[in-house]
Amino acid sequence: MKGQFNQVGSILKLILRRDRLRISLWVLGFWVVTILTAVAFEDLYPTDSDRQEIAVTMENPAITALIGKGYGLDNYTEGAMMAHQMLAFTLLFVAVMSVLLVIRHTRSEEEEGRVELIRALPTGRLANLAATIVVMVITYFVLAILIGFSLFALGIDSMDLNGSLLYGIAMGVTGIFFAATTALCAQLSETSRGAIGLSFLIVGVSYLIRAVGDVSNETLSWLSPFGWVLASEVYVNNYWWTIGLTLVVSLVILFFAFYLNSIRDLGAGFLPTRGGKRHASAFTKNQLGLTIRLQKTSIISWAVVLFVFGATYGSVLGDTDTYFAEIEMMKEVMAIQDGIPMSLQFVTMVSSIMAVLSTIPVIMSLNKLKKEEKRNRTEQVLATAMSRIKFLGSYLITSLLVSLIMLGSSAVGLALAGAQTMDEETASFMELMNAVMVYLPAVWLMVGVAAVFIGLGRLNGVTYAYLGFVFVVIYFGGVLQFSDTVKNLSPFEHIPAIPVDDFQFWILFSLTIIAVVLMMIGLVFYRRRDIKG
Amino acid sequence: MSVLKARGLTKHFGKVKALNGVDLEVNEGEVYGFIGPNGAGKSTTIRILLGILKATSGEAQIFGKDVWEDAVDIHKRIAYVPGDVNLWSNLTGGEIIDYFTKMRGAEVDLKRKEALIERFQLDPTKKCGTYSKGNRQKVALVSAFAADADLYILDEPTSGLDPLMERIFQETITELKEEGKSVLLSSHILSEVEKLCDTVGIIRDGEMIESGSLKELRHLTRTILYVETKQKIALDDLEGIHNAVVNGLSYEFQVDTERLDDVMKHISQSGVIKIESAPPTLEDLFMRHYEGEVGGVQS
Ligand SMILES: Nc1ncnc2c1ncn2[C@@H]1O[C@H](COP(=O)(O)OP(=O)(O)O)[C@@H](O)[C@H]1O
Ligand SMILES: [Mg+2]
Repeated sequence: MKGQFNQVGSILKLILRRDRLRISLWVLGFWVVTILTAVAFEDLYPTDSDRQEIAVTMENPAITALIGKGYGLDNYTEGAMMAHQMLAFTLLFVAVMSVLLVIRHTRSEEEEGRVELIRALPTGRLANLAATIVVMVITYFVLAILIGFSLFALGIDSMDLNGSLLYGIAMGVTGIFFAATTALCAQLSETSRGAIGLSFLIVGVSYLIRAVGDVSNETLSWLSPFGWVLASEVYVNNYWWTIGLTLVVSLVILFFAFYLNSIRDLGAGFLPTRGGKRHASAFTKNQLGLTIRLQKTSIISWAVVLFVFGATYGSVLGDTDTYFAEIEMMKEVMAIQDGIPMSLQFVTMVSSIMAVLSTIPVIMSLNKLKKEEKRNRTEQVLATAMSRIKFLGSYLITSLLVSLIMLGSSAVGLALAGAQTMDEETASFMELMNAVMVYLPAVWLMVGVAAVFIGLGRLNGVTYAYLGFVFVVIYFGGVLQFSDTVKNLSPFEHIPAIPVDDFQFWILFSLTIIAVVLMMIGLVFYRRRDIKG
Repeated sequence: MSVLKARGLTKHFGKVKALNGVDLEVNEGEVYGFIGPNGAGKSTTIRILLGILKATSGEAQIFGKDVWEDAVDIHKRIAYVPGDVNLWSNLTGGEIIDYFTKMRGAEVDLKRKEALIERFQLDPTKKCGTYSKGNRQKVALVSAFAADADLYILDEPTSGLDPLMERIFQETITELKEEGKSVLLSSHILSEVEKLCDTVGIIRDGEMIESGSLKELRHLTRTILYVETKQKIALDDLEGIHNAVVNGLSYEFQVDTERLDDVMKHISQSGVIKIESAPPTLEDLFMRHYEGEVGGVQS
């Protein structure tokens, strides 16, 4: 076969033309967050002893599972702090970027029939995949260099050029690695949804393996690409070879992806697909049933993932318990309220994080309506005897149902594992369940916000941006020391941190009322606006 | 001389046997009508010819080159339009036409492009997200016709066009034919390709059931006539009349196209008040084909 890579350049230009803004925003986002955090750390923890103090609190299993193992904790420089508190989390988002962008330009394009148009031109069989990968590599090269030199340019002592470049390149290489795994998934699954699901599964499992490995068994972490990249010990020992290792493995995976692409038919995959049903079941004949049916697979997958997440962190809680039992002096250092075990503080922290994660599928479920509209399917439905209120309503009910399922499975995962490993006196199964479930009103409020933007019919991205903000406040609220005004903007901050705080009915009630009002506003807007195709 | 030649193409998708030994030949300067009902295997055949599906067995060549091995070389000289065109929603039609031209490795011929845009009444400055199906199809058609190809492969290209545009499409094809280009045009409507095609191939359930020049296939087609006369027509005396429905002095029946002349002479004697005719349809053709099989009197 000749000219497999013919016209990579032209396709590359086409991709850049389409996505120059999208890609720039991603890169800009990473740059802003990374640089701002570095600056904030310098501000908030100006002296060695400030940093050393926080280093002590960081040295526990729950934190390790969440953000990765700390290196150089005994000499917690700004650099060590950046690499410890920011890098793992940033890498996770880099992986997400890779999944979304690579699928967008491979399997989605194929599914939409646009690769067929391109392939009928004198372009090589592998040119589209190659162009996508080249775009990713260029993007990550720019990102790595930008982050590397910018961090160095801050002029912080412990952040030298070598370490800063390694920090940037660690991000870039992680991006390339997950671009490679995603490229492979894009060959395996016939649908873009399937490919995205599979790719995210790989990202999630990689992160979990690292979490469990970092806490209990270091060898296990070496099974995860996150483990490799973080083992470069940026700003502490700067081991470049782990970056090399990640690159080599990425190349092998890429090679395999290209091979599979070259032997398969356009539009085909390697995973079996199930045939559909001939008749609609009674359940799917009403709108609510149909909405749920359409989302079934994604609901189940998310529920399983969240259960596993919950269980993973739940099992770490036990370690935290033991850990703090051994180090009594910790309490003094942290000067916490009397009588409340440290591990319970972590229960509340993990619960809030689980709650935010559980919100993602809930918002996605409601925003499916937006996608239906884009694909012109809404038109067809509304042309039948379906009222708009009923239509959006059925999506709202579905997403509320999804909120129960998602929080429920996170909670059960956390509580099952937590109750197993923790001291019965510290926290019972029900207490752990409640710690997560209490976030329901906050999740509903997020649904309300999403409903308003669906009602408006534009700016849907704001909902995700708001969710991102909520996440940052919870995740970095402690270290970045946000002001109360900022924190109060997040509904999650108002939820009582059970079991440390008491149950506060009126707060939960008020949040629920706000959520309902927002949903109503969404419905009213939706009834008034044009349906766009 | 043939520009496209396929022998015994089969294609299986898992258990589905989409093609079952398809033969196809398009000669230079010829417009070939590739006709069959939905799901017959037209698109599958075309995708194999484009080298984007690999045939399970059989072989196909375009310009004497293997369609799978030499796809890139072949594609430099062909242009393709699918029936269902999807484009990038945040690019304009004009941009897409230029990108496609560049991917052919050719320079954009502004005059030709503008002329085609004018002709198909396309607004090239609109983003594709706002185009209707017909307009997306026009983008694909303009970019195909803007290419200086030797073979045009068009898979139900007029499915989203209005009758006016369809006429313009037919004019364009006629011009290409005059320039000596070859065209493979698929359709599920017989009358649509009849005006344009020199040769037709009919596919059904993944098998070619007929192929040849339209003249050769004439014997297969029937014209439907609706007639009102002053006097009674003696239909029984006539050969080649089928499915006649008589209602007083109005008649509806099918005539074997080859006997049309005799029949017209005959009924004109009865004082025609009104006469309408409908072209033969694909369905009629299939009926004939199967009648023929059952009766075993196929010529
Ligand atoms: N990717 C595929 N997987 C399974 N079956 C397919 C696939 N593509 C086409 N088919 C089947 O092959 C047959 C021919 O389809 P197609 O070539 O698209 O028909 P046409 O273009 O003549 O309408 C149909 O029965 C269709 O269902
Ligand atoms: Mg077709």
